[in-house]
Amino acid sequence: MKAPLVEIQDLVVRFKGDRTVHAINGLDLTLQQGETLALLGESGSGKSVTLKTLLALLPPKRSEVEGGIAVNGTDVRKLKGKALQKYRGGEVSMVFQDPGLALDPVYTVGAQISEAVMRHKGVSRDEAMSTALDMLRRVRIPSPERRLKNYPHELSGGMRQRVMIALALACRPRLLLADEPTTALDATVQIQILLLLRELQREFGMGVIFVTHDIGVAVEVSERIAVMYAGQIVEEGTTSEIINNPRHPYTQGLLAANLHDVARGERLNAIPGAPPPLEERPTACSFAPRCPIAGPECRASLPDFVTLAPRRRVACFRALEAAAAE
Amino acid sequence: MSMTDTLHDTAAQTAEGLPDKGGPAQPLLIVKDMQKYFPVRGGIFGRTQAMVQAVDGVSFEVKKGETLGIVGESGCGKSTTARLLIGLTEKDSGEIIFDGQGVGDSLNLRDLRRGVQMVFQDSYASLNPRLTIEESIAFGARVQGLSDPIGRAHSLMERVGLAPERFAQRYPHEVSGGQRQRINIARALAMSPRLVVLDEAVSALDKSVEAQVLNLLADLREEFGLTYIFISHDLNVVRYISDRILVMYLGEVVEVGPVVSIWEDQAHPYTRSLFSAMPSMDPENRTKTPPLTGDPPNPINPPSGCRFHTRCRFVDTVCKEKAPALRELPGRGGHCAACHLHDPDSGHDKAGREDIW
Repeated sequence: MKAPLVEIQDLVVRFKGDRTVHAINGLDLTLQQGETLALLGESGSGKSVTLKTLLALLPPKRSEVEGGIAVNGTDVRKLKGKALQKYRGGEVSMVFQDPGLALDPVYTVGAQISEAVMRHKGVSRDEAMSTALDMLRRVRIPSPERRLKNYPHELSGGMRQRVMIALALACRPRLLLADEPTTALDATVQIQILLLLRELQREFGMGVIFVTHDIGVAVEVSERIAVMYAGQIVEEGTTSEIINNPRHPYTQGLLAANLHDVARGERLNAIPGAPPPLEERPTACSFAPRCPIAGPECRASLPDFVTLAPRRRVACFRALEAAAAE
Repeated sequence: MSMTDTLHDTAAQTAEGLPDKGGPAQPLLIVKDMQKYFPVRGGIFGRTQAMVQAVDGVSFEVKKGETLGIVGESGCGKSTTARLLIGLTEKDSGEIIFDGQGVGDSLNLRDLRRGVQMVFQDSYASLNPRLTIEESIAFGARVQGLSDPIGRAHSLMERVGLAPERFAQRYPHEVSGGQRQRINIARALAMSPRLVVLDEAVSALDKSVEAQVLNLLADLREEFGLTYIFISHDLNVVRYISDRILVMYLGEVVEVGPVVSIWEDQAHPYTRSLFSAMPSMDPENRTKTPPLTGDPPNPINPPSGCRFHTRCRFVDTVCKEKAPALRELPGRGGHCAACHLHDPDSGHDKAGREDIW
């Protein structure tokens, strides 16, 4: 097997301040070249923090990072200065949730894309502009020549997100990080962007980590899903394994809460309670207080991963029992 | 306060609600031809440059005890409709009839708000950060001069699953998003309303918390005999909670009908696209082509004729010239759609054909 594109080992992230928040608590993750992985979880589960750690975007004064993060063999935590600039945007780039905030309002779309190309590829302005034009065509923006001279506020929300994607892909990164890129969009626009990302991923052969809280979106865009809860991955597998045969009680609860095939008026099988505050590093299963099948062992110690098949794992004491019972 | 007092209070509260005037056959709410345009000002003199046609000739009814779901994309006027209903924004023209009484003539705003309450999307922005939870919930009842506002607040907090002894003295920033939305629901119910307008009330919540709040809403509907108008962009949630669905596009109603009928067969091309834009939940059978291209047009200068014609794949000459009226589809239990395809006399060359879908 080839060396993985992304390899995260035992990642720990803590935010310091008036109070400490244990955002990521021992996360392991690998992504192969050309794979699309969805990180699925609710707010505060640590999915966006994981992305920011991969780009070394966390404020160094207030955060403590431990563990190994390697992208394409490079240790991201050791990158500094020029090397870090080259890495961000060149090797790895990111698409954010709100393109209205991520794009600079005082530069035209063309200037923003060509600037990135000039910085990373060292080409002339004209050459960079023609790359920008080509990128706008690839993200299927109608009349791209005219749009190149537009400012972000002159574009609609869906169009801005297309520009954001063009900007992120202009330097042909090996890894694209997408942080809820369709959450702010309308339903009919969301599906267009998801299909576009899927096509571009195939065309460019890059690895994609796609953060979302919406299972439906994860199914549309990814081949693998990792479910996060309280700063840890609780279950990982291919999309169809997670959707058709979820093993962790949290994943099962999330799928039920999607309301996809619940009969009208039927009582919802809601997960009670709320996620833990993460002021201390969890020493037992974080989901145990909300779990319908938790036992004394779940409240006493952290569950290890149970590997059900190659690259199919679940962190639950009860998962093996449930599997055996079937 | 003892438990018997609380129970007694809940009973008194029901008695204090607005009486049912029109009887069960009278729809709780009738909206006729409601219109609201917002001016867009600009230039050095701040003159009106254009009009946003936010809500343009919207008519519908809500029966007593039913839940009407309103769906549509951003800018379609669903939130403006909600604000017009409770008088937060003044309508330009049209009629709102609440239980047989015209709002503005025989029913003033103050009394309307005893009968209609609203829950907003942003649970934090809709609470006063300087009031404790108990004070927030009791505030409306106090303003309306109802008896024992604090006792009322406590019994409602109990009802929405927030123990008064733990939560009454807290401030909004000290509780989680799901709990805050429960406070907003309790506050709306403190007036013993008959109609509750929920504008994206569960959209900002995490999925697992959303399910809890939906269960609560279903219980409260049963217990207090409430009627809901439920606005959301999430079709799965709307299907779960609603009896009927109303679909809006650029300030107009394009389709309305019973949930089952719409779910089985969407009559308007826009509704059909909206439904096929829902992410598929089957990894073996993902969406292949997007149902629509581009973004919704700007409501400042909406397209002529049928407003959907710029994105519709069945567009014909008549669609560009003449706006279709909302027509009832035969044999579909009150399912209506505004599309020339369903009017055999419209002059659309595919009108009345079933094989084109």
